[in-house]
Amino acid sequence: MSTASEGTRHGLSAVLHRHPRLRLSLLIGPPMLWLGVAYLGALGALFITSLWGQDSFTGTVVREWNLDNFRILWESEVYRKIAFRTVGIAALVTAIDVLIAFPVALYMAKIASPRMRQVLVIAVLTPLWASYLVKAYAWRIMLSEDGVVSDLGGLLGIDTPGYGLVAVVITLAYLWLPFMILPIYAGLERLPDSILEASMDLGAKTGHTVRRVVVPQVFPAVIAGSIFTFSLSLGDYITVRIVGGANQMLGNVVYDNVGAANNLPFAAAVATIPVVIMLVYLGAARRTGALENV
Amino acid sequence: MSSPLSPSATWSPGFRIVLRVVTGLALVVIYAPLLLVVVNSFNASQTFAWPPTDLTLDWWRKAADSAGAREAVKVSVEVAALATIFALVLGTMAAMALQRYRFFGRDAVSLLIILPIALPGIVTGIALNNAFRTIFGLELGFLTIVIAHATFCIVTVFNNVIARLRRMGLNLEEASADLGASTFTTFRLVTFPMMRSALLAGGLLAFALSFDEIIVTTFTAGAREQTLPIWIFNNLFRPNQAPVVNVVAVVLILLSIIPIWVSQKLAGATEGLAGR
Repeated sequence: MSTASEGTRHGLSAVLHRHPRLRLSLLIGPPMLWLGVAYLGALGALFITSLWGQDSFTGTVVREWNLDNFRILWESEVYRKIAFRTVGIAALVTAIDVLIAFPVALYMAKIASPRMRQVLVIAVLTPLWASYLVKAYAWRIMLSEDGVVSDLGGLLGIDTPGYGLVAVVITLAYLWLPFMILPIYAGLERLPDSILEASMDLGAKTGHTVRRVVVPQVFPAVIAGSIFTFSLSLGDYITVRIVGGANQMLGNVVYDNVGAANNLPFAAAVATIPVVIMLVYLGAARRTGALENV
Repeated sequence: MSSPLSPSATWSPGFRIVLRVVTGLALVVIYAPLLLVVVNSFNASQTFAWPPTDLTLDWWRKAADSAGAREAVKVSVEVAALATIFALVLGTMAAMALQRYRFFGRDAVSLLIILPIALPGIVTGIALNNAFRTIFGLELGFLTIVIAHATFCIVTVFNNVIARLRRMGLNLEEASADLGASTFTTFRLVTFPMMRSALLAGGLLAFALSFDEIIVTTFTAGAREQTLPIWIFNNLFRPNQAPVVNVVAVVLILLSIIPIWVSQKLAGATEGLAGR
């Protein structure tokens, strides 16, 4: 290293040392340009585009301000049905994940031995790293016509659900389950055993302790987990194409209008639905204090 | 850390059994589909008829020869590596700024960093697709995938680094400065070594997130570039390609053990790997 560059570096270092505000601007500048200007700008542009129209002959975007895209969305029976179906699927997936994750997390945190607990955390974490597509694909194979589910179901006398909305709910619940187990487990780990012991020493039965002590404690964690399960389900359109048969969710409408139909303004309008839903959801979640758990 | 309850106060035996059974069943349901994919990579039936009547290694041989899969792996590794580098730099800068300084709009900035993964993938995807084509005049391709991936990977590095900075405190850096080290020397010799495992955990998570992403990718990839998830998706519905897709799936399942193994090696990094 030459003495000249060494000198400049010392000079720069001294300037930086004396001016904390300059240090801050240099640190926060690049991430803000990327996220604050480019990304937020892209989201803003998306919303503006949703207020424009499309020339039905040339397919180009017409920069005239109107609410037509939203009116079509509101008035069309098909789109309303798809919107409600998507929200319904997201809610059902979230509910199923809570019902499975709560007992599993409770067992992991409060009943299993410390060694067993470690094994279980890894067992739950590992599939989180397995590819999303591989897991969706695995359920496509599970639910195929002569696959495992129809094979096992045949023994018990039940039909396989096949590819459809039931398959979508099963697959999405499977995909996002670890995102629900982990925050609940973390929330339960913070619950001191002494409180549980106090509850039981005072004569509360197991069911009573769970209802009055454990459930209120993990409620914020459940909300935190539900942000993932709900948001990820709302925006999904790959799973429904893999196991959903001909059914559509909001994501499919967006994708088809960007690609095949090339109607960007309408796609943008459809995409604002999940954004508004998630903003309302996040706003409600903030009131419960759950966002510190995310 | 907590230990099982003392005998004086305890869960009812029935409740313990119910929880144990539910946990056991949940683990069976979690692993059965993955196991099925592994078994099917040796299933001689091209349509994966169950139960398998004959076993074969043909699919593994075919997969090893698949040029499309190899090319897709290459694209995915390159995209993930570049996106991770961007995310490491930007995420570390943002974490240092937010942890070490108090300034107006600080809460808004931390919300902004989470936004790309808190919003549904289609929203980030279509917003970037629109911005790339109409505002920046970029053609969709390799570069646009990297930019998109870096955008949602920043948060993983940020979360890990800021947690580490919080635990580190300021004492050692102040001592270094008091002893006459310049800002850069302090970063190089004190701050960076203490952040290293957090950077590794955050970087690993960013790489995995990018390697696996498909929704944002479908909106920001051109017609030519195929990442591995896109290749899998495009070949999923082709009956004669199904066995090859299945073998690739097995390889990905086996690869997913690596990050867990690394996180076990990295003491204290597990909590960073748990949250997205």
